[in-house]
Amino acid sequence: MSRYLDMTIQRVIIKFKSKYFERGMNVVQTIQETEDEIAEEFALFDNWEDKYEYIIDLGKKLQPLDSKFKVEENKIKGCQSQVWLVADESDGRIYFKADSDAVIVRGLVSMLIRVLSGHTSQEILDAKLEFIDKIGMKNHLAQTRSNGLLSMVKQMKNYALAYKMKEQLNG
Amino acid sequence: MISTSTDIKPFDVGAIRKEFPVLERKVKGKDLVYFDNAATAQKPQVVIDALVNYYHQYNANIHRGIHSLAEEATAAFEATRDTVKEFINARYREEIIFTRGVTEGVNLVAATYGRQNIKEGDEIIISGMEHHSNIVPWQMLCLEKKAKLKIIPVDDNGELMMSEFQKLISPKTKLVSIVHASNSLGTINPVKEIIDIAHQYNIVVLVDGAQSSVHLDIDVQDMDCDFFVLSSHKIYGPTGVGVLYGKKELLEEMPPYMGGGEMIKEVTFDKTTYNELPYKFEAGTPNIADTVAFKAALDFVNEVGKDNIRKHEEMLTKYAMDKLLKIDGVRLIGTAKHKTSVVSFIVEGMHPQDMGILLDNYGIAVRTGHHCCQPLMNRFEIPGTVRASFAMYNTKEEVDELVKGVEKAIKLLK
Repeated sequence: MSRYLDMTIQRVIIKFKSKYFERGMNVVQTIQETEDEIAEEFALFDNWEDKYEYIIDLGKKLQPLDSKFKVEENKIKGCQSQVWLVADESDGRIYFKADSDAVIVRGLVSMLIRVLSGHTSQEILDAKLEFIDKIGMKNHLAQTRSNGLLSMVKQMKNYALAYKMKEQLNG
Repeated sequence: MISTSTDIKPFDVGAIRKEFPVLERKVKGKDLVYFDNAATAQKPQVVIDALVNYYHQYNANIHRGIHSLAEEATAAFEATRDTVKEFINARYREEIIFTRGVTEGVNLVAATYGRQNIKEGDEIIISGMEHHSNIVPWQMLCLEKKAKLKIIPVDDNGELMMSEFQKLISPKTKLVSIVHASNSLGTINPVKEIIDIAHQYNIVVLVDGAQSSVHLDIDVQDMDCDFFVLSSHKIYGPTGVGVLYGKKELLEEMPPYMGGGEMIKEVTFDKTTYNELPYKFEAGTPNIADTVAFKAALDFVNEVGKDNIRKHEEMLTKYAMDKLLKIDGVRLIGTAKHKTSVVSFIVEGMHPQDMGILLDNYGIAVRTGHHCCQPLMNRFEIPGTVRASFAMYNTKEEVDELVKGVEKAIKLLK
């Protein structure tokens, strides 16, 4: 239970940080730092059930995507579950919102957003996303999982690439 | 060549399990519970031995070589044809065409018989519970020929609405292609009745036996189907081998599917005459090793006895359905009176994929998703199901593990 409390505190800290960021104070942490942070959180779990319970919890807490965004063009079709992804750009940073009809995928999606959202296109393109392997969730990105997650990571990077090219053209 | 040294009569699931080496392995630290048999069945040691022995002892290309190895390989390959003939009770051995599997069998018929006989405005009837492999080849043909695809609807229990079938038949109907047993629901369709009705109107019928061949006694003469397709890997045999059965007079009239070696009688640059049945449809070097080992699988099934297997699987299916239904929120999809050993279900408010991921962590292999039957899932207005499908080596204890796993997964997902 105390472990759970720990997680909650961690999340409060994260929320606090993102609030700072919203106020324009430049304390946003790097992608690598967030990746490390997630890896540390998962290191606390000593069995898979706790790990999944946490991911399911993240999935449930992820702000649902407004139904107007849940359209075909935002859909990343998996064989079994669907993922919807939208991207926005402001002040040179890209913000992602996403949703899925399966809760474990939602949890994983929520972590990807936490790691990548609010960063510059170059940072997103450079992101290694090694935390997925570190927390033992790499199999969910495998082709066989067919959950659209792998396509979602690609799509996030595609958005970053598109914005980068746009910047270069405009710049 | 290979002795089937199984001593498993009367039906003894413990003894049967020992024949399947993979069942000894652990998944995520737990004993494997393999309930994805409708996707593919595990292989007994005799099949693995037959496969290895072929490569160890007599690998050669078949039919053309005159050396000893080629003769042995040819004999073993053709012995499988004879065993398949017996297995489905075909009249002639040349009615047995080896394919890569059911998908190729359906495509072969669509591309040969279909192209030759389906004309603009004609109609093909399939059912609402077909696997994509028995939908798409006909859609492609209909598109090409400007023909029409008609669908027999499915009721809430997952049974075909036979009264609607009669109504779909018109003078334009040329072919019916129907699944014998549904892969996602387990429903066993009244194929004999369908064939009887269709034949009254001279309509040709293909029966997709992908799921039925392993569970039911197949008698293509009694059934009187015009075509029947099956896959080896669902009958405890190797992947990459299947069978197309066709009535001889139909097969003889059909044009070849692929051109190449083996299927010819004589080739000049002006003209090629085709080989006789079954070789007309077996262009190129076939999958010799897997075909040879397929015989060992059929022998094994025959030895255990389909009756015994069926009784055991029926017991497991009933047990699983009863136990799963006791779990709050579980809804069974597919409650037909006649079923193979498939239990498909959903849990209210939970995505089948979440259930599948968690069950995998308990060492339980089930299939989740639409099972390549998207139209059927749409009919039930669900994204998919969790499907447990049982084979001869499964046990009640394993079903208990599944039930426990589902209960635990529900707790986690709630």
